[in-house]
Amino acid sequence: MLYLEIFLAFFIPNSIGYGGGPAIIPLIEAEVVARYGWMSAAQFAETLALGNTLPSPIATKMAGQIGYDVGGVWGGVIAVVATVAPSLVLMLGAIGLMTKFKTSPRVKRMSRWVLPVVAVLMALLTVSFMRESLSSSGPLHTVIIAAVAALLLVRLNLHPSIAIVFSLAYGAIFLG
Amino acid sequence: MNIQIFLSFLKIGLVGFGGGPSMIPLIHDEVVKRRQWVSDDDFSNILAIANTLPGPIATKLPGYIGYKVNGIFGCILGVLAITVPMIFAMVILLGAFNHYQNIVWIRGMGQAVVPVVMIMMLQLTWDFFKKAKSSLGLYVTIPMVVVVGGLIFGLGMHPATIILVLLVVAVITPVTIRSLR
Repeated sequence: MLYLEIFLAFFIPNSIGYGGGPAIIPLIEAEVVARYGWMSAAQFAETLALGNTLPSPIATKMAGQIGYDVGGVWGGVIAVVATVAPSLVLMLGAIGLMTKFKTSPRVKRMSRWVLPVVAVLMALLTVSFMRESLSSSGPLHTVIIAAVAALLLVRLNLHPSIAIVFSLAYGAIFLG
Repeated sequence: MNIQIFLSFLKIGLVGFGGGPSMIPLIHDEVVKRRQWVSDDDFSNILAIANTLPGPIATKLPGYIGYKVNGIFGCILGVLAITVPMIFAMVILLGAFNHYQNIVWIRGMGQAVVPVVMIMMLQLTWDFFKKAKSSLGLYVTIPMVVVVGGLIFGLGMHPATIILVLLVVAVITPVTIRSLR
């Protein structure tokens, strides 16, 4: 019964939430805090704060940690599967259909029409990251890091991990 | 091949701060530019579909790309590599610290990565804009960008709705000779 509850607590938010993991977090909070009462809102906020300091997707980190906390190792596994599987299965099905009919003029047209929309989506994410950085690190640090990153990535065409390692060192020293 | 899938997504998972969407340019760099597992066009389709479906973005991309490279096993490996290491880190850290907010230098690292991601995202925006321009022409791309941007920014419409409408229109409207070119 507990395992079923863990499954549903993560299956429902991840099946109705759009916009990627960070956008789904409030829906997960509604389940684990308000509906099932597994943790307080403050505990949830603390877990989220730690989750946000670590790399990798946020939705699966929260699922793994909360599932483990509530139902042990199997609780963690069930929560992660409930988070990942539904949308991944839909994804494989949808792309499978597109690939099957890829010579169809309608599917070719689809692929072309979504290009400007994808460009706009990436622009939106760029703006949201800019806002996030301005409010968390301030304009000075944002401009310095962005300028060095642009130099390394665009001018010198180096591997992204070099720019990321630079920013990690910068953050540990100047933003810590 | 399996080892390469695992290593690629492990690496992305370890440097990808700031939640799933911030990993999109890292994934693009690795799977399109370096490994060439998918083409630029395929990547745009994958992104469009991933945004039309609910759930986390950063597990759908490795899952699908792993599947394309090496079937179900590749799919599972891709997802495990990007998620599992940091789930362990999280469980261990929460067990070890009661006041982990005090680890300020880790938080500083997470913050400092955001401008780098912003620059990579800007590059990706420009890539897709150029791609749209070469495939649809400037006279179609500019109005589409303005209209879609206005709908999302101005009216707060969800991108998934717009992609879904475009896909449906592409399927149901008749195909003319002109649109085939």
